[in-house]
Amino acid sequence: MDQFAVKVFVRLRPSVLDPAGEATKSASIKLGAEGIKSLRIGKMIEVKIEGNGENDVREKIDLLCDRLFANTVIEDYEYSLEKL
Amino acid sequence: MDNFTVGVVVFPGSNCDRDVSWALEGCLDIRTKYLWHESSDLSDVDAIVLPGGFSYGDYLRCGAIARFSPLINALDEFVKSGKRVLGICNGFQILTESGFLPGALTANKNLNFICDDVELDIVSSKGSWFNNGGEKQTINLPIAHGEGRYHCDSDTLKKLVDNELIALRYKNNPNGSSFDIAGITNEKGNVLGLMPHPERACDETIGGTDGLFTLKSLIIK
Repeated sequence: MDQFAVKVFVRLRPSVLDPAGEATKSASIKLGAEGIKSLRIGKMIEVKIEGNGENDVREKIDLLCDRLFANTVIEDYEYSLEKL
Repeated sequence: MDNFTVGVVVFPGSNCDRDVSWALEGCLDIRTKYLWHESSDLSDVDAIVLPGGFSYGDYLRCGAIARFSPLINALDEFVKSGKRVLGICNGFQILTESGFLPGALTANKNLNFICDDVELDIVSSKGSWFNNGGEKQTINLPIAHGEGRYHCDSDTLKKLVDNELIALRYKNNPNGSSFDIAGITNEKGNVLGLMPHPERACDETIGGTDGLFTLKSLIIK
């Protein structure tokens, strides 16, 4: 069995309003940061997982993302894999 | 009400389960039974309420973890059999996360946790969830949520409108919900999800009785 470190990024879809991102953008501007055009907040999930090679692990992570980590009605996801 | 029994589901973090039970038993004389989320035996209840609260601490997303409880797994057969399921607030979030109702509920537009009374238009009579003898087309119910902004894509919205699945709309949209949606039903009409709390409007002395019709309608067979 191979072990992989997976980083999953879950983001609100571009069409979905992100009020927390808007509030943070507003605070960033109050802090004095210049030039911020857009600020959106997502989640990063780190998973260590075993499997029979990369394809097997991708299958497992796809299922987790589709069914649990993201709600695909409002969120998109992507992930990166690193073999340990 | 004979032996008609409404199951009130209790998740870790539910906090309106007792309110629902009190309103059903105390105001309407309808028998209730608490159902622990790990139970999958729904054989002795005739309708189910998924109450408000913060199941599993709202971890990941509201309702996302509750969806995987044995009880929610058993709910599919229950719904298919035509029995009635009412999801209030966090219960509505669980119903969308688990696919019984379309769309999703996400953070209020202004990020406030809104605790207020709201005016609502009764839009559809599907399922007769708000049947009050035709007296009222507008009702007043309390809301209490931070993540009640209903969102769906335009195809889903069209389907909701075309099939008369929108049950309730806010008169003054408090949270940024698409199309002012406060509650929807499934196509059959036996599943209703709504953000407002009917169980908190069942007694004149604590803010009105417009919630009674919805709770009473649970006993429709």
